[in-house]
Amino acid sequence: MNFHYRIENHPILKFKKGQRVKFTFDGRELEGYEGEPIAAALHAAGIKVLRRSIKLNRPRGFFCAIGKCSSCLMKVNGKVNVMVCITPLKEGTVVETQSGRGKLKSYRVYAQV
Amino acid sequence: MEEENLKVIEFMHKYDIAVIGGGPAGLSTANTAAQLLGERAKIIVIDENPKLGGQLIKQTHMFFGSASHYCGVRGVDIADILKKKVKEKNVETLLNTTVVGYYGDLTIGVHQLDNSDENFFSIKAKKIIVATGANEKILAFVNNDLPGIYGAGAVQTLMNVYGIRPGKKVLMIGSGNIGLIVSYQLMQTDVEMVGLVEAMDHIGGYLVHASKLARCDIPFYIPYSIKEALGEEEVSGAVIAKLDKRWNFIKGTEKKIECDTICLAVGLSPLSEFFWAAGCKLVYVKELGGYVAVHNDDMETTKEGIYLAGDVSGIEEAVTAMLEGRIAGAQASVSLFPEIKPKAEKVKERAKEELRVFRAGPFGEEARIGKEKIDNLNA
Repeated sequence: MNFHYRIENHPILKFKKGQRVKFTFDGRELEGYEGEPIAAALHAAGIKVLRRSIKLNRPRGFFCAIGKCSSCLMKVNGKVNVMVCITPLKEGTVVETQSGRGKLKSYRVYAQV
Repeated sequence: MEEENLKVIEFMHKYDIAVIGGGPAGLSTANTAAQLLGERAKIIVIDENPKLGGQLIKQTHMFFGSASHYCGVRGVDIADILKKKVKEKNVETLLNTTVVGYYGDLTIGVHQLDNSDENFFSIKAKKIIVATGANEKILAFVNNDLPGIYGAGAVQTLMNVYGIRPGKKVLMIGSGNIGLIVSYQLMQTDVEMVGLVEAMDHIGGYLVHASKLARCDIPFYIPYSIKEALGEEEVSGAVIAKLDKRWNFIKGTEKKIECDTICLAVGLSPLSEFFWAAGCKLVYVKELGGYVAVHNDDMETTKEGIYLAGDVSGIEEAVTAMLEGRIAGAQASVSLFPEIKPKAEKVKERAKEELRVFRAGPFGEEARIGKEKIDNLNA
C-alpha cells in the first residue's frame, strides 16, 4: 500500500487548506499549504528530524504541536529558534535544520578603517 | 490645525477584565463577564494561537453530560459556539499574542507576532483571569527523545486540525480518555494501531471508548509499560514489558513491537508559570497534575485581582473548564460592579452545583480529591 501522510477523506472533518506553496528544507524544494504550520508541511513530506540537540547532537522532532516544548526549534528565513509547530508556512519560506542553540546574527557596526 | 495644538498621547492598553487564554475556560469566562456587564466593562481575551477555541478545535468526539454541557456536540463545534458568543458580545480578542511577563500592579507584558512583525507592549487590567490550560507530560524511558514520539494531544492537532497522519503504525501509551479517543481517531484515518499500553491493571478511561477499540481487535497490554524506543534517527519500534504490583518491570516479559510512532497519553500538567511570576501561592497536588495556584471556590488566587479557570486550576476536562470559567467571570465582574451581585450570585451558584454533580462520579474522583486538598489549605 502506498502510504500518504495527508488525509484525503476524513469521516467527520473537512480540512480548509490554503493555497499550495513552495518552500525549501535544507535546500530541498518541497510543497505545502499556505498557513499550515511549517512542522505540519514537513511531516506531510515525511521529514521527522527537525533539529539536533545541544549536548549530544541527538535528533529531535515534533512533540507538543502547540508551541510549548521547544523540541521543534528550526532556522526559518535565517532566524534561529523558531517554533515551527506554530509558525505558518508561506511561499518561499527557507527552512533549515538547526544544530544546538543555533547561531544568532551578529550585530554589525559599520566604521571606516 | 496648528502644530502647538498637537501633543503626543501615550497610549496605555487598559481593560477592566483581561483573560489569558481563549480555550473553553477563557471563552466561558469572557462570555459570562460580558453577559453580566454588557457595555459597562472593557473585556479582552488574549491567546497565543491564530484561532480561538484552545484544544477544543482538535476534538472531534462528542461530549457526554447534560444538554447544558453540550452533550452530543463535538468539541470542534463547541469551539465555534463559544467563539460566536464572544463575537456577539462586547469582548475584544488579541490573537497570536503570548503573555510573557508580569510587571506588577495587574500589568502584563504581551508579545504579539503578526505576520513577520513583532510587537511587545503592556496591558493593564483591573482583573486578570488566567486560563492557560495545560501541557502534556512526558514519560521516562530509553530513547524517549527520538523523533516519532509525540504527545497524544500533538497527534490530535496534527491529524484533526491539519489533516496529517502521524505515521503508519502507532503504539499508544496510556489508556485514559485521551489515549482511547486518539487511538480511535487514528483508526478513523486508516492508521494501523499496533497496541495500547496501560501501566495500571485496568483501563483508565471510559469503558464506552475502550469497547470501541476492543471491537477493532487492537491488542491491549495491561499492566505494561514502555521500556525503550528503538531506532537511530526516527522511531522504528518499541520494547514494552509487564509490570508487577510495585510498577517494576518483570524480567523476561519484554515484547518488541514494530511501529513508527509512539504516542504518549500519560496525562497533563497545569501551565502555572504566570502564577509563579505574579507571586501567587502555589502547591503541588498530584491529583491535579502538578503545581496549582491555591484558590477558593470563587476561583480567586491568593493575589488580589488574579483569578483562574480550567485545566490550569487542576487537570479535568472542557466541561468543568467552562463551568469554572463561569464562576471566575461572575466573581471578577461582581468585584468590579457590586450592583450586579444578585445576578452574579445566581450564575456562580448554578455553576458550582453543576461542578459538584460532574465531579461526583468515579471519573471525577481525582479532581474531587485534588480540589479538597486545595480547600483544606484555604481553611
